[in-house]
Amino acid sequence: MINPRGLRARIRVIPLLEVVAAVAFVLVPAFHSGFATDFAGRLIVLGLLALSFDLAWGYTGILSFGQALFFGAGGYAAALVATRLDVTSVFLALPISVVAGAVFSFAAALLLLMGKRPPTVIFVALGTLAGSFAAETLAAGWNAIGAANGIPSVPYLTIHGAQLRGVPFYYVILGLAAVIYIGSRLLVRSQLGLVLAGIRQQEARLLYLGYSIQRVKALVFVFSGAIAGLSGALFVFHAGYASPEILGVLLSTKTVFYVFFGGVGALIGSIYGVAIVEICGNILSQAYPNVWPVLLGAILLLVVMFRPSGLIGLVVPLAERVGSFGGRDGNGKGPRENAQAGR
Amino acid sequence: MNEILTTREVVKSFGKLQALRGVSLAVGKGELHGLIGPNGSGKSTLLKCIVGAETTSGGTITFDGMDVTRVPPDQRARLGMCLKFQVTSILPALSVYDNVLLAVQRNGSLGQLLRSSTRRALRPEVTTLLEAVNLADRASVLAQELSHGQQQWLEIAMAISQRPSLLLLDEPTAGMNREERRATGDLLERLARGTSMVIVEHDLDFVRRMCTRITVLEQGEVIAEGSASEIEQNENVKGAFIGRR
Repeated sequence: MINPRGLRARIRVIPLLEVVAAVAFVLVPAFHSGFATDFAGRLIVLGLLALSFDLAWGYTGILSFGQALFFGAGGYAAALVATRLDVTSVFLALPISVVAGAVFSFAAALLLLMGKRPPTVIFVALGTLAGSFAAETLAAGWNAIGAANGIPSVPYLTIHGAQLRGVPFYYVILGLAAVIYIGSRLLVRSQLGLVLAGIRQQEARLLYLGYSIQRVKALVFVFSGAIAGLSGALFVFHAGYASPEILGVLLSTKTVFYVFFGGVGALIGSIYGVAIVEICGNILSQAYPNVWPVLLGAILLLVVMFRPSGLIGLVVPLAERVGSFGGRDGNGKGPRENAQAGR
Repeated sequence: MNEILTTREVVKSFGKLQALRGVSLAVGKGELHGLIGPNGSGKSTLLKCIVGAETTSGGTITFDGMDVTRVPPDQRARLGMCLKFQVTSILPALSVYDNVLLAVQRNGSLGQLLRSSTRRALRPEVTTLLEAVNLADRASVLAQELSHGQQQWLEIAMAISQRPSLLLLDEPTAGMNREERRATGDLLERLARGTSMVIVEHDLDFVRRMCTRITVLEQGEVIAEGSASEIEQNENVKGAFIGRR
């Protein structure tokens, strides 16, 4: 019988990149630098947001140009329940933010994805962008949620009554991110992931195979919105405030940039995209505050023009990025024609 | 009722251009029906209207007794209709194995697909299909690395895996050499026995070999219908084909 594992490249780069990232993040607190731990926590939170966008765009072909809408929805939900209802338990506040992200993304899916005919990429991009812009504008003018000032002084997240701050909070963020990352990885490598890989390559073909493309897309979009909601809550508890910017167009656009830069359709690319852009930004924006935004724009332009698969495309071959879905119970060696597709 | 597919007065317009001008066609259960005609006569457009890739501008399409004129393409596929496109439409960056698995696992629920619960169980079926189209030894290769003929066979394997009650084949031997065309005919005869088919093809020998009835289209209209010998004697058909040369 055929062993479909034969497609796997001999040396797999993605697990290597994952281990390097995991070890780096685990070791950050060992440097006893409050700034480094705080900064790494921010990277993980933004990494989750970028990962949620990659699930939508890189895996499902939904160009969500308003991913911050779901991030902000989760963030505001967490800030509101924490400040108004004194709900700060990790077991309550975070699930509420997950639901908030999922509800908003479900509403967006109903409006943008579930029409009679499959929507175009541009329609979805403009729809989500408009949603993000509208939400930011609305939040900035709505006094009940703090208007332009947002919600300041969000208390610390708690676990069984104990406040989570500093290194313990960092490890809670890291642990949750690890769970989400593994869950997302299982999703994209599952048989449903094969459907997503098909959608990404030839959506129409899957339609004529009988797949309900819009339902599959909506499902992944809601999952991605839920992740964005969770990351929004972690951001708010990490920063201690919620402001209209966390719903807005600038953050949405930056999210797109992180993923395009790091690598579309390879979950780990999102994490590296966030880390590289934010670390470079942190260093260069202090040294060259006027040059950095221009440089950032130029880099994005170059990446989009010359390396559409992002930085990850430089080190991970296409065959590994797409992967093999045939199963893990192969019976020995695969066929010799192992594809070593070009990068 | 013995017809699996009936089109009645199907019209398709693209702006001012009428690609189909009231095409009526009946395909019986188990029948292999050929659809021929000069380039631009509306053959591919008719197939696209049948599977729902194009919406009709008029007329009705009935599949197995059910009016499917306004039914979305994914539902038509689930009802048992399957199209092999003129332009090969495999998934190029997936392995040959995964292309077939994608087609075979179609009937799984979202929950099953999410849990990957049918992955192992479907392996014998995928393997059998790949062996049937002589692609078993190419299973782990990316589909884009196959030759043109092999890509066509892969797509036929994907179509047949759906166990459709109606298989629509748009130029299944396009770009193939004589030997590959013969092998494709053998393949279809072997694998799709009992399945109703509509075959659009320019290779008249292939149509003659495969089809029991043939419909000839010219400028979006049916100009003849009958057996191969009847079609060959038809003056309208001679005129249409000779007139184009």
